[in-house]
Amino acid sequence: MSRPEVFAALRRDLAFLLDEVLDVGALRSTGAFSQFDADDFGTLVDAAIEAAAKLFAPCAEVLDAEEPAMRPDGSVCVPDELATALNAYIEGGYLGAALPEDVGGMGLPYVIAQAMYAAFFAANAPAAAYPMLTAAAANVLRAFGTDAQKATFLRPMVEGRYFGTMVLSEPEAGSSLADLRTRAIPQADGTYHIVGNKMWISGGEHDLSENIVHLVLARIEGAPAGIKGISMFLVPKRRVNPDGTLGPLNGVTLTGLNHKMGYRGTINTALAFGADAPCVGTLVGTEHRGMATMFHMMNEARTGVGLGATMMGYAGYRVSLEYARERVQGRHPDRRGADEPAVPILEHADVRRMLLTQKVYVEGGLGLGLYCAKLIDEHATATDAETKEALDDLLAVLTPIAKAWPSEFGPRANDLAIQVLGGAGYTRDWPLERYYRDNRLNPIHEGTNGIQGLDLLGRKVTAHQGRAFRRLLAAIRASIGRFESVEALQELTTALDGAVGLVAETTMKLGAAAMGGNVRLFLANATEYLHMLGHVVIAWMWLEQAGTAAARMDQASEDDRAFLEGKLHAARFFTRYELPRIERQAALLQRLDDTALTMPAGAF
Amino acid sequence: MKILVTVKRIPDPDASVKFANGAVDTSSAKWVPNEFDQYAVETALRLAEDAKSKKRHAEIVVCSVCPAAQRQHITTFLAMGADRGVVVDADDTALDSQAVAKLIAGVFKKEGADLLVCGKLSQDTEGNEVGQRVAGLLDLPIASFAGGVTWDQDGKAMVVSREVDDGVETKKVPLPSVITCDLRVVLPQSVKNGVTPDDYTYNEGPRLASLRGITMAKRKKVEQLKPADLDVEAGSAISNTGVNPPPARAAGQIVESVEQLVEKLATEAKVL
Ligand SMILES: Cc1cc2nc3c(=O)[nH]c(=O)nc-3n(C[C@H](O)[C@H](O)[C@H](O)COP(=O)(O)OP(=O)(O)OC[C@H]3O[C@@H](n4cnc5c(N)ncnc54)[C@H](O)[C@@H]3O)c2cc1C
Repeated sequence: MSRPEVFAALRRDLAFLLDEVLDVGALRSTGAFSQFDADDFGTLVDAAIEAAAKLFAPCAEVLDAEEPAMRPDGSVCVPDELATALNAYIEGGYLGAALPEDVGGMGLPYVIAQAMYAAFFAANAPAAAYPMLTAAAANVLRAFGTDAQKATFLRPMVEGRYFGTMVLSEPEAGSSLADLRTRAIPQADGTYHIVGNKMWISGGEHDLSENIVHLVLARIEGAPAGIKGISMFLVPKRRVNPDGTLGPLNGVTLTGLNHKMGYRGTINTALAFGADAPCVGTLVGTEHRGMATMFHMMNEARTGVGLGATMMGYAGYRVSLEYARERVQGRHPDRRGADEPAVPILEHADVRRMLLTQKVYVEGGLGLGLYCAKLIDEHATATDAETKEALDDLLAVLTPIAKAWPSEFGPRANDLAIQVLGGAGYTRDWPLERYYRDNRLNPIHEGTNGIQGLDLLGRKVTAHQGRAFRRLLAAIRASIGRFESVEALQELTTALDGAVGLVAETTMKLGAAAMGGNVRLFLANATEYLHMLGHVVIAWMWLEQAGTAAARMDQASEDDRAFLEGKLHAARFFTRYELPRIERQAALLQRLDDTALTMPAGAF
Repeated sequence: MKILVTVKRIPDPDASVKFANGAVDTSSAKWVPNEFDQYAVETALRLAEDAKSKKRHAEIVVCSVCPAAQRQHITTFLAMGADRGVVVDADDTALDSQAVAKLIAGVFKKEGADLLVCGKLSQDTEGNEVGQRVAGLLDLPIASFAGGVTWDQDGKAMVVSREVDDGVETKKVPLPSVITCDLRVVLPQSVKNGVTPDDYTYNEGPRLASLRGITMAKRKKVEQLKPADLDVEAGSAISNTGVNPPPARAAGQIVESVEQLVEKLATEAKVL
């Protein structure tokens, strides 16, 4: 099913966010994207939406139903539809959308590429994962690869002939990568032999591409223990001859597939490196700096995960909304008589509450994902060190939120979408249970949400005496200043201003506790902290959307007015129903609540 | 080898039809490319290209008769991969099929094209006339409703399979000639050109424009002609006497018995 209702709405939403809220056209004034005309960005995003609807959406069900399987000879089979969809995606030039032209990409702004991903995620996230991983890996090579690595691997990746993976996790090292054990043994020719077992590797084995380029974290023999001893290696599935032709297999063995709750179209593997035959890798970036190198990929991957979570929620919202318009059931409480006509369930206040909750989660999340992507573009095109530092700071605090907030609330939106449909939502006749199962991955991978909370509070907020945190609050306050004189927005600006104050105060108290040395207590409620700051950031995104909507209302056509009124109404809903949650969280955090921390293990 | 493909814009067939002053009102219509013309361009692309190396063995020119200011659909087809465009600046809604055919025949001669590929009909009027008329005007062989096309490069001909009532008919039309395309021509293996391996499997349907195709389309050449440049008097021998919306459906009735139903079907609906 191609679900036209999802893509028609997405077109409008993306145009609103890109053109009106974020004004991405302004990126062209930096000169960096001057090869594009003013209307190109919109045309290309629309083309991506059409491609997502026509190429990706129709095979989403098959990819879920026919999970990848391992043949006795160790090769794997995936549905043919996946290869067809990916080939068309590659032919369309989407894989290299944001990569520079000198490596065969399109050189589009990152925010435009993310808007395109948004469409492909809404259509079929498990299929989109392959090119997403490949583009991210290509980006790491572009930034840190040696000339030889680039010459051999980069262009085939951008052309979609080689796919990429990120190989961090091990059976005994998931959240705690500091404990990873895979070894890299230096060879006389400057290469390394990689030996170890890796777990959970997405896209780790398949025949969808001619070759697979694994970016592997391992410890060079003799390197220090912990994070500071980890390096990154490029390990191809097949070695590549100097003339670019494929050589023999490179000692990467598939030891098993993981059978997942959802996201089944993305094959997930356990791999052994160097178990049966020597596995040759080459160093990427500097020795022992592998984590920093990988984070280059992970920051983008993390905002990408958040965007994916948002878009699965978005698709569910649109499908459940359409259903609510059609499904007739029950009567208004003041018109219960059997002779009164039954009404579409959209008429019921509780159904509207469920739909609005989905709307504020997913459209707020989409606003945040695209905002972060635009910051990445601004960072890339900034010329002075001061601006770069400011943008670095903002991205640093926002990244854990952009990953974890949508992956917490995106699945909640899917849960509500199921609820809107009632019994039908619980069946496989509708895609909602699939969206939910797919989306449930997002709080787990790319660093669990628990780890994101620790990263946010324990590192990002406290770094440089809270410099990044203060910059975030200043950015939010600047928006408040811009909109506080608009009457229609005063409720929002007042509430957000209060929320920013509360968060600042809470963070100060936590900081004081941290200085007092009780780190366990300081971090005990880090996830609550992330949800609190996340809600404030999303309220900010809603203020930006509402502010734009209010300014456009006068010149808008009738259709557009409904769309803009929807934005204003949703912003009010977020302010009244969602934002007040932070008061409970702030209270818990301010008193350094230890109820969870002190529960004795034996008392559970 | 030069392939000329006709392309037309039509009011969005998924939108509901509006009426005004005894005619269909297209003043607020959203214009979209005619679906069968997408099949025609896809056919031309598959004939022209080596699907593996992407090399082209023929030039593809798309041609449209429409107001010059409203040629957005040509850009769409250039984005799909056509090499350049020709627009004949005229209000196509005021022309009959013969006038359109004369204009296209004029472009075909001027270009010295070897093959004309048309959609079998345009979805708005469902006329199914232009391809045949052009063939008649130029005295060229035609194979209409192509469901499969094979380019016989040695024989300088197109071998066309067409679905007819009692099976599939295969016709060989020597170049220069005219083909009109049916839906099946965009199945994965319907078009063979002797360059792309015969077992190559295309994605079903007309291809989507690539990102690069879209940005390059605007830089491709589109020549603009007037009917007079082709020595054609653009007009129409057909006049519309009126267009009316179908009558609104009368409300349904609830009958008491089967007998009453039969009686009403016989006397009121007059279907028995
Ligand atoms: C479908 C899928 C795809 C994946 N793809 C990839 C991939 O392509 N490449 C790759 O390298 N990895 C991949 N992963 C691995 C993923 O990143 C890990 O699953 C994740 O980092 C968690 O590690 P773990 O599963 O070992 O859980 P654990 O680390 O054992 O965590 C279990 C629980 O304990 C919590 N926890 C752990 N440590 C702490 C702590 N210090 N403080 C507080 N709470 C803590 C976690 O939050 C979690 O709730 C994938 C995983 C899945 C399920």
